Amino acid sequence: MSERADIMAAPDRRALLRSAVGLATTTIAPGVTLYAFGVAEAQAGEGKASAKQRWGLLIDIAKCPPGCDICVTACSEENGWKSTGHPETDAQWIRKVTLRDPRTATKREAPVMCQHCASPPCVDVCPTGASFKRADGIVLVDKHICIGCRYCMMACPYKARSFVHEEHEDQKTNAPRGKGVVESCTFCVTRIDAGRIPACVEACAAKAGAAMAFGDLNDPDSQVSKALAAGASARIRADLGLDPGVRYRNL
Amino acid sequence: MTASSLRRLLFAALVAAGAAFGAAQAAAEAGRTPTPQPARPATAEKCVADTDFMRRNHMKTLLHQRDETMHEGVRAKQFSLANCVSCHAVKGADGKAVAYSDPKHFCRTCHSYAAVRVDCFECHASRPDEKAKAADRGDGPGDPAVSALTAHVAEMKR
Repeated sequence: MSERADIMAAPDRRALLRSAVGLATTTIAPGVTLYAFGVAEAQAGEGKASAKQRWGLLIDIAKCPPGCDICVTACSEENGWKSTGHPETDAQWIRKVTLRDPRTATKREAPVMCQHCASPPCVDVCPTGASFKRADGIVLVDKHICIGCRYCMMACPYKARSFVHEEHEDQKTNAPRGKGVVESCTFCVTRIDAGRIPACVEACAAKAGAAMAFGDLNDPDSQVSKALAAGASARIRADLGLDPGVRYRNL
Repeated sequence: MTASSLRRLLFAALVAAGAAFGAAQAAAEAGRTPTPQPARPATAEKCVADTDFMRRNHMKTLLHQRDETMHEGVRAKQFSLANCVSCHAVKGADGKAVAYSDPKHFCRTCHSYAAVRVDCFECHASRPDEKAKAADRGDGPGDPAVSALTAHVAEMKR
């Protein structure tokens, strides 16, 4: 065990670099230098999901043309989910939902994915603790613990989760997925941890109407907070009081 | 010498001969089952830890970090399954990295030898994801989204 402990404690190159940055030096007098180690300790939380942040998304339906599915394609490519020829049971991390007003017959489309609720019912019902909410508000499935009971799928009012019915090969490195467990939108969590934005938001900004604004809801200067402050927005099924992280404008 | 002691001596000789024969056969069998020769890291000069340590503890280190990564988002650590797969990729006949279904796969060579069944690759990718790696380095092959992304991130940071 001591051998293991030694290796686990051995700093890797990144840690060395970090501590090199964290090493503060003060030259008190010529030839006398004060070295202060452990400056990096102050940034110990770095690289860890923090409750100081809450990731959120604002989707402007007015900028979301009918028939456009660039966000859906981007998600599918990023996370490697695709049709297996069984449309009833195929995984859908994000889908375009058509809204039709029966009186005026006007139609609009809205992309709907996991709404990353502050009080997620999927987490409440999970018997194993596989369905959980990260400190920064991202709701995930820990597939190592998931037993595939699908209670969360029934509990979710947004129909956001899918069960994987087929065996898969050639998964994406950033999106492990396999038969027998439940999965859903992760807000592209590995991208967020790398300081990037979700694939759907990126694709919508690059190839479509830039209908999505993503960012930290707790940061008043983030793009999503500024966009939210600019006008009214709505949550789907706000009556349930789940406080979703995804909001819609012109719904 | 009595008859019984003679019999005992004969028995001992037989046992000794049998043991010698058994040992010879075991040696022959050891020749038949080749010791696994897992692929050396292709893209790095050396592994993240000593071979002896990795041989005994790779499963513990992966498990140790699994929950931290999944639940807390800690990703910049020494050990990672994606790195094992990426560094130790074995090229197949078509020049592409082989999947776990191929007996030549790095993880498979030892696991087959030791009769250990792992289910990592029922979900995790067993081949390196070249495109994702390029995107993470920020030099995606002419990705039109990159400029928009850079602008978005700059906007987010302001």
